[in-house]
Order: sequence, then C-alpha cells, then structure tokens
Amino acid sequence: MNVMTILIQGTLLGGLYALFAIGLSLTFGIMRVVNIAHGDLITLAAFAALVVTDTLAISPFVALGVVVPLFFALGYLLQRGLLNRTLGDSILPPLLVTFGLSVIIQNVLLEVFGANIRRLPVGNLETASLQLPAGIAIGVFPLIVFAAALICLGALQYLLYRTRLGRAFRATSDDPETAELMGIDNRHLYALAMGIALAFTALAGVLFAIRTTFDPASGPIRLIFAFEAVIIGGLGSLWGTLLGGVVLGIAQSIGAAISLEWQILAGHIAFMIILVLKPDGLFPRTQD
Amino acid sequence: MSQSDERNTADLMTIDGIGRRRVLRSLAVSGASALAAPALMIKPAQAAGRPIKIGFVSPQTGPIAAFGEADTFILDGVRKALGKGIVVAGTEHPVQIIYKDSQSNPNRAAEVAAQLINNDKVDIMLASSTSDTVNPVADQCELAGVPCVTSDDPWQAYFFGRKGDPKKGFDWTYHFFWGFENIAEVFSNMWNSLPSNKSLGLLFSNDPDGIAANEQLPGVFAKMGFTVTTAGLYTATTDDFSAQIAQFKKANVEIVMGIFTPPAFATFWTQCGQQGFRPKLVTPAKAVLFPSAVAALGPRGVNLTTEVWWSPHHPFKSGLTGQTAQQFCDEYTRVTKRQWTQPLGFKHATLEVAIDVLKRAKKLEAAAIRDAIAETNYNSLVGPIQWKTGPVRNVCLTPLVGGQWRKGKSFPYDLDIVNSQSAPSIKPDSVIQPIIYT
Repeated sequence: MNVMTILIQGTLLGGLYALFAIGLSLTFGIMRVVNIAHGDLITLAAFAALVVTDTLAISPFVALGVVVPLFFALGYLLQRGLLNRTLGDSILPPLLVTFGLSVIIQNVLLEVFGANIRRLPVGNLETASLQLPAGIAIGVFPLIVFAAALICLGALQYLLYRTRLGRAFRATSDDPETAELMGIDNRHLYALAMGIALAFTALAGVLFAIRTTFDPASGPIRLIFAFEAVIIGGLGSLWGTLLGGVVLGIAQSIGAAISLEWQILAGHIAFMIILVLKPDGLFPRTQD
Repeated sequence: MSQSDERNTADLMTIDGIGRRRVLRSLAVSGASALAAPALMIKPAQAAGRPIKIGFVSPQTGPIAAFGEADTFILDGVRKALGKGIVVAGTEHPVQIIYKDSQSNPNRAAEVAAQLINNDKVDIMLASSTSDTVNPVADQCELAGVPCVTSDDPWQAYFFGRKGDPKKGFDWTYHFFWGFENIAEVFSNMWNSLPSNKSLGLLFSNDPDGIAANEQLPGVFAKMGFTVTTAGLYTATTDDFSAQIAQFKKANVEIVMGIFTPPAFATFWTQCGQQGFRPKLVTPAKAVLFPSAVAALGPRGVNLTTEVWWSPHHPFKSGLTGQTAQQFCDEYTRVTKRQWTQPLGFKHATLEVAIDVLKRAKKLEAAAIRDAIAETNYNSLVGPIQWKTGPVRNVCLTPLVGGQWRKGKSFPYDLDIVNSQSAPSIKPDSVIQPIIYT
C-alpha cells in the first residue's frame, strides 16, 4: 500500500462523501436547516430507483431520469407543505420535524419493502477497473462517482453565481427579510432549494445503491459522513464540501493503512482537529 | 452553523432519541397486546390454571431485522399448535406468548426484557438472533432469577460476552447454538476439500462477534496448517477496503474468511473485483446467510461459501407440530411467498423447547422451570437439545455444516450443503467448487 494508492483511494472515497453531502450543504447554506432525514432520503431514493428499474426493466443510470425529477418534486412539496411551516427564529422545530421524518421513512420502507438487503445491478461495470503503472488499480465506478460529484458541484456553482435564480438564493440566504422586500417569494424559493437539494440527493442515493447494498436502516450512517464533510469544508461552501469529503476520505485511507481499527476513527479525528483549529471549517462562506 | 447551534443539535438529538424510543415503545406494547389478544380470548377449560406467560424478544426492525422477518409466521404456527393450552403438573393452562421487538438494539432488548419480567411477570423468557439481542435479555433474566432459553448466537459470544465463568456457569440462563470451534472445523473441512496454496486472509467486523472471532480464529487456523494473513477489525461504517485487499494480494491469499455485515461484504467483494483480486474461495460468515443478501450481489454471489446451521435438508422434525424441516420451509414459502432462511428453524425450536420445558416442569414456578430446562432431552426442528454434555453448563451445541450458494431454480439463489464431515447425519447436496471468474 504505497502513498500514491492511499491518496487515490482516499480521494475517490472523498468524492462519495461529497456527493452525499451536497444536498445537506445546499439546504443549510440557503435555509439554515439541518436536515436530519438526509441519510434516509438517500435510502428512499435508492428504493425509488429499485422500483423504477424493476418495473420498467431499465438500467439504474436510465432510472435517474425518473428518480431525479421525482425527488425534485418531492423536495418542493416537502418544503412547501411541511418544512416552511417550521422555519422561524429557532433552529429546533425543523430539526425535530426532519428527525421525525427520518423515523417515518425508515419504518415505512421496512413495512413496504421488508428488511431484505437490496442492490441496483449494473453488471460488469461494478467491478471494472483501470490499470495504472506500479500496480495501482482504480475502480471505474468510484471514478464515475467522483466525476459525478465534480459535475454536480460545478453545476451548482453555476446556478448559484451565474443565474438570476442563484442571485435570489444568495440574497435570501444573506438576508431573508430584505430579499422579501425586494419581491422575492421566500416560501417558493426555499421550496425550489429543497427540490434541487433532493434532486442531488437522489443522484447520490442511486450511485450509493450501485456501489453497495442497502436496506431500510442504511440511512443514518450516511448522515454522519455527510455532516462531517460539510463541516470540515465550511458550512455553505460548495467546493469546501468536496474538500471536506476528500480530507475525510484520505484521513480514513491513512488510518486504514496504519491499522484497520484506525480507519473510521482517523476520519473522526481529522474532523475533530479541524473543528478545534478552524471551528468554521476550511472555507467558511457564512459568518453567523 | 456556529458552535452553540451545534451543541443545541447534539442536545436535541439526545432528547429526541428518547422521544422516539418512547413512541416506538408504546407502539410495540400495543402491537404486542394485539398479538396476545387471541390467547386471552380462549375460554378457560375445566380446571384451567392461570395463563402461562412466555416472553419472546427478537429483532423485528432495525439493521438485523432480516433475522426476525419470519416471526409472525412462526408465532402463528406455534399458537395454532398449542390450541387451548398445555398441561403442567396435572392442570391445563392457556399459554400466552408476549412478543417484543428489540429494534436490533441491545439497550432496547434489555429494556423490553425488564418490562417482560417486571410488568408482565413472564414465567419463562426466550430470545434469539445475535449477541445484541440474546446477551442483554439473558443478563436481565440472570439478575432477576427468571428462567431463560436463547439461541442463534455463537456460544462464546453468548457465554464469554456475558463474562461467564466456565467453572460456575449461569444459574438461570441456557443457550443452544454452535461455537467458533465448529466454524473453524467446518470452514477448514470445506477449504481442504479443494486444492489451494492454503494461504488464508482474515478480516473481522469490530463488534462482539468479530472481536471474539479475531481472538480465537487466527491461531486455530494457523494450527490447522493455513498460512494466515490477518487484516484486523474493520468498523461497520467502512466504505473502503483497498488497503486490506492490497495486503491479501501481496500475501497471495487464495481463501478469504471474515465476519462481515452484508453491506460491508458487498463493498469488500465489489472492490476485490475492481482491484483484480480473485481468491478461489470466499467464506464471509454472517454476511451471506440470507438468500436476499446473496441475490443483492448479482452474479458475483455464485459459489460463495457460508456456515449452515439449519436447512430444509436437515433430517430433523419439530416435536411440537411434527413437521419435518422440508415441510416447515415449504409451508413458509407457501404462506409468505418468501424463500426459507436459517433463523426460521431456530426461532421455532426456541419456542418448542420452551413448551417442552413447561410441560415437564414439576410446578409452575421459576426454580422448577429452571430445573426442567437443565433436564431437557428433546428432539427439536434443529436437532437434539440437552444441556448435559455441552462445552459449558449452560450451552448445548447444535450441528453445523458448510454450504455454497448456487444459481437457484425458483429463487435467484439456492444454498447447497457441500460439506458435512462434522455432522454426518446431514447429507451433502453437491460437491464444493472454486469461484469462477470470467
């Protein structure tokens, strides 16, 4: 296990964590809402993709064309119909509601799909790899996941900083009251933000379900790495989220190279160190 | 989010965690009483005694819910077989089975066990499926002096996991299953029946099962003549195994054995493919027990090997319903449209052993029931049960054989028994094969 392999595998793993974290980063950045149900929404997307691939007999990649718009709509309705009502001075009501949502999603999935372990099959792509010199092998699928994280972040960057909608998002994020005075409908805007966040979450869920198996209880574990990636990178910062994921991934790879017991712990330790040294994360966009 | 916000989040999650448990608990209680209602409605027969209460703790929700998936089917079958009740010391008593969900959580398992003991005042406690369910329940019973029968957890994890002393044993709690020595024997029998370089790679989960295995198995396999490469203990949330795979490749490992959770194994096995690591045999204990877990691996599930504690081909019968293992599984598939799983047999056996114990109890009180457990000599759906000749006083060993997953006929995968040197009464279905790579 040489240094090169550690860095490559760690970076690829970081791409996965960043992908998990994008939706979380976006909802926090704009609405200051921490979505505790994020991990369960990833699992829900995986199950939705499973239903789509099974009933239409199509590849999981094609199923994205159904699941992503579906989750956009779900996000919009969820925010408009439920979460908007919880927004206010206190951060607690949305937290409580999303926590409840997390419990509901898990139990509904268990009731509907049972406890069986599932996976989205993509045939040989699952185990395909590129051979590099010095005996380094890179899985094609982890590479796709990393590329997907880059493309998503790039697209989101464009949306937020180059479009009218993005300007409205940023304005609302900075000062909701003034934005409203300027004629922005915050409720609609928040719903759009949640819709976009869930569209990315759906993508993350489908890629996650191809990468490994999932069951109704898989969600909460995903939440912690997404949280850590967001916080390491700096809340609300998009590229910081990617960097946060990569820091977490490389820390875990280094830990694993030392001793397997250190793998996950090393990631948490890196998280702790960054929290102590830079409590706002590496690239804090918001100072509140 | 600022630091103070985060602290709020952390506080909230604790408070909320309790709230959630409370809600679920009340749901579980109402569920349990709904289940118990039919037993209460049975009109007392002549000279009927008080209802006998059996507490049963099992994971019906949460990460290990697959173990409890058949519980409703099993309870229905047992309740039907019991009819009006059983005769204990000359008096007929109706039987009430109070079922509680452990939610795959050891704290919750201890909590519901305490409820069953203190509120329901159960006469005998049952629990099954993994240390996380069995150990906390047995501990509560040992403390409260309630007779307890458990199954489906390797006996070392049950006995030493509860700080048992082999000289003294436990007073109230009894267990039947196999142990790590059986796993070592069965696995090595399987591996030795194929030509290989005997280079073995080991990888364990960092949980009670994996820690116990990590302490015992590497030494045992080394003594059996395998060259052992131990990669250590991985955390359940691991998403990357490339370091361990590199280590196995370097040691030219041809056989991989580990204790895995199913998602961790799926990640590991996919990465083996990506990294071009092609062992001849892979035996991930615990990870491929269930057909659904193998089906989730797609075509790469073919010829994975596993421990088999029970199958429709085991030559045993239920002493309660008279069904053979095959009949029992066929009935399960007919009613639920699902493929049989190994916990089926053990869940049923745990209940039927308890009923046999109650029938033999001289009196309907804790000490008499406990003595009846110790005196058990019973032929169950998973084989003979008696606590006279076990490795320790409170443990009865059941047979273990080796199996291999094959492309299935009516379901995606079928489990063939490929090695039964350790339990010759069970006949192999086919001969072990190396994993085929295309």
